[in-house]
Amino acid sequence: MIEFLQGVAGGLGDGSVYALLALGFVIIYKSTRVINFSQPAFMLAGAVLVSYLVGPLGFYLAVAVGVLVTAMLALGVERVAVRPMIGKPVFAIAIITLGIDIAMRVVVNGFIGTDVRQVGDPWGLASRPLLGVPVQERHIAMVLTAAVAVALLFAFFKYTRIGLAMRASAVDQEAALTQGVSVGTVFALSWAIAGGLAAIGGTFVATGAGADQQMWIIALKALPAIILGGLDSLEGAVAGGLIIGVVESLVGTYQADIAPWLGNNFAVVSPYVVMLLVLLVRPYGLFGTREVERV
Amino acid sequence: MLAVRNLEVVYNDVVLVLGGISMEIPEGAIVALLGANGAGKTTLLRAISGLLDHHEGEITKGSVTLDGAPINGLTPAKIVGRGIKQVLEGRRIFIELTVEENLRVGAYTDSRRAAQNLDRVYGLFPVLRERRRGVAGYLSGGEQQMLAMGRALMSNPRYLLLDEPSLGLAPLLVQQIRELIEEINRQGTAVLLVEQNATMALSVAEHGYVLETGKVVMDAPARELLADSDIREFYLGLGAEGAAKSFRDVKHYKRRKRWLS
Ligand SMILES: Nc1ncnc2c1ncn2[C@@H]1O[C@H](COP(=O)(O)OP(=O)(O)OP(=O)(O)O)[C@@H](O)[C@H]1O
Ligand SMILES: [Mg+2]
Repeated sequence: MIEFLQGVAGGLGDGSVYALLALGFVIIYKSTRVINFSQPAFMLAGAVLVSYLVGPLGFYLAVAVGVLVTAMLALGVERVAVRPMIGKPVFAIAIITLGIDIAMRVVVNGFIGTDVRQVGDPWGLASRPLLGVPVQERHIAMVLTAAVAVALLFAFFKYTRIGLAMRASAVDQEAALTQGVSVGTVFALSWAIAGGLAAIGGTFVATGAGADQQMWIIALKALPAIILGGLDSLEGAVAGGLIIGVVESLVGTYQADIAPWLGNNFAVVSPYVVMLLVLLVRPYGLFGTREVERV
Repeated sequence: MLAVRNLEVVYNDVVLVLGGISMEIPEGAIVALLGANGAGKTTLLRAISGLLDHHEGEITKGSVTLDGAPINGLTPAKIVGRGIKQVLEGRRIFIELTVEENLRVGAYTDSRRAAQNLDRVYGLFPVLRERRRGVAGYLSGGEQQMLAMGRALMSNPRYLLLDEPSLGLAPLLVQQIRELIEEINRQGTAVLLVEQNATMALSVAEHGYVLETGKVVMDAPARELLADSDIREFYLGLGAEGAAKSFRDVKHYKRRKRWLS
């Protein structure tokens, strides 16, 4: 039982990171209809920025600045590379974001080098008992941070003028235009938010073991999360991220005993197995809109 | 005064849809714009409100001016900021948002006076107040039209461009929309009313324009248009023979070529 609860707790921790990344995808998709494959690069950039800033600024301030800078970076990328492509086929723009991802990672890798960069977080791999179950402190921090970020985000979309405008624009762009909403602002802001979320996610992935050149692969797990939750649902992104995290963690805990013939690293691919299963039975996801177009 | 001079609009660089249109909407007036399907009514509204870009359309000649200053070339947001607001054909409310959220988006360019304008809109459309927390997509057609109009009024525009507000509504509701347009106008907003329901439009407007394949073919006080036998024949369905010939062929109309700009 302890083992199971420990698995769930760790899964929720990692799942919160997937949820943050998935939220970025969904926010950009909803407001611009762009499938953004450059999230992994922003995640990596965020973590590496924090690893450089943590020396002079300390962890928390470094995270704040890193998130802000990554958000600005995303905003700039949208303006320069994606905006001119608006109106082109969805598939073409998706490929462009893939190119952005690769190009950015090459640059960021230059700042990583061959070593592992530490983000200097206060948690390391320490655990503390939570209701009798030993849970990694970094996982607790992930869940709490993600919860706060999600709450802020939902409040932003519900109560602020620009947040409402973003939702309106997602429903009907032309109607939003007639209300004086600037679509450019909406596009820029959605990329900035996604960039900021990716930076938070990246920093958390790098807690414990640090950031290396392979870390970006983790961001790909946001894909099963959004397929599971539905491409156009914020709630779905959160739920999908958490579910994928827990599935992966539990498979990691039990698979070696139950189904050793699946090999050593089956947990790593389990999110994609879930994704394929979902695509078979419910291609628009658990929360998504049925007619959402797919690439 | 909102004025359109010699306006030419082309879609996708090739399709000429408006061929030199001139029109005036005086401050505080109600002007009707009539015309069959595809005449170019919506296109004219898009040209005024800056939405052509969104449809791969472009003004290739002429101008749109507000109080003498050109506004063509401004972004939709800037044009809304100048006090011109369009209600799109087919209502186009934000179906996933609540009624009140829809209205708050309407106040986007004028959020400081949102509370005051919200009161005014709820005064005009009491149904919306009752349904304020409901999801807009569940409103009836008539209520959705009211929401679309109320949303536009949330920034207290000087000019309201209404694209076929009576479309698909039962006669009783058309009557109600008509009265609301009168009331909105009484409160100081000029209205450009695009309609296929000519009876309704001409009964509230003081002046009317008739558009046919991108040209103004008639332009007269509403009273005269209502009395005009050709208008009666082609737009009110009250003609003697009701043949499907073009308005251009009508002798009477050819006699007075004052529509040529
Ligand atoms: N985005 C577009 N691209 C190309 N042609 C268009 C576009 N929008 C409209 N048109 C064409 O322009 C002409 C005028 O269309 P418009 O929508 O302005 O007419 P309308 O008078 O509003 O008609 P309706 O009463 O049906 O709404 C039509 O022939 C239409 O096919
Ligand atoms: Mg039309």
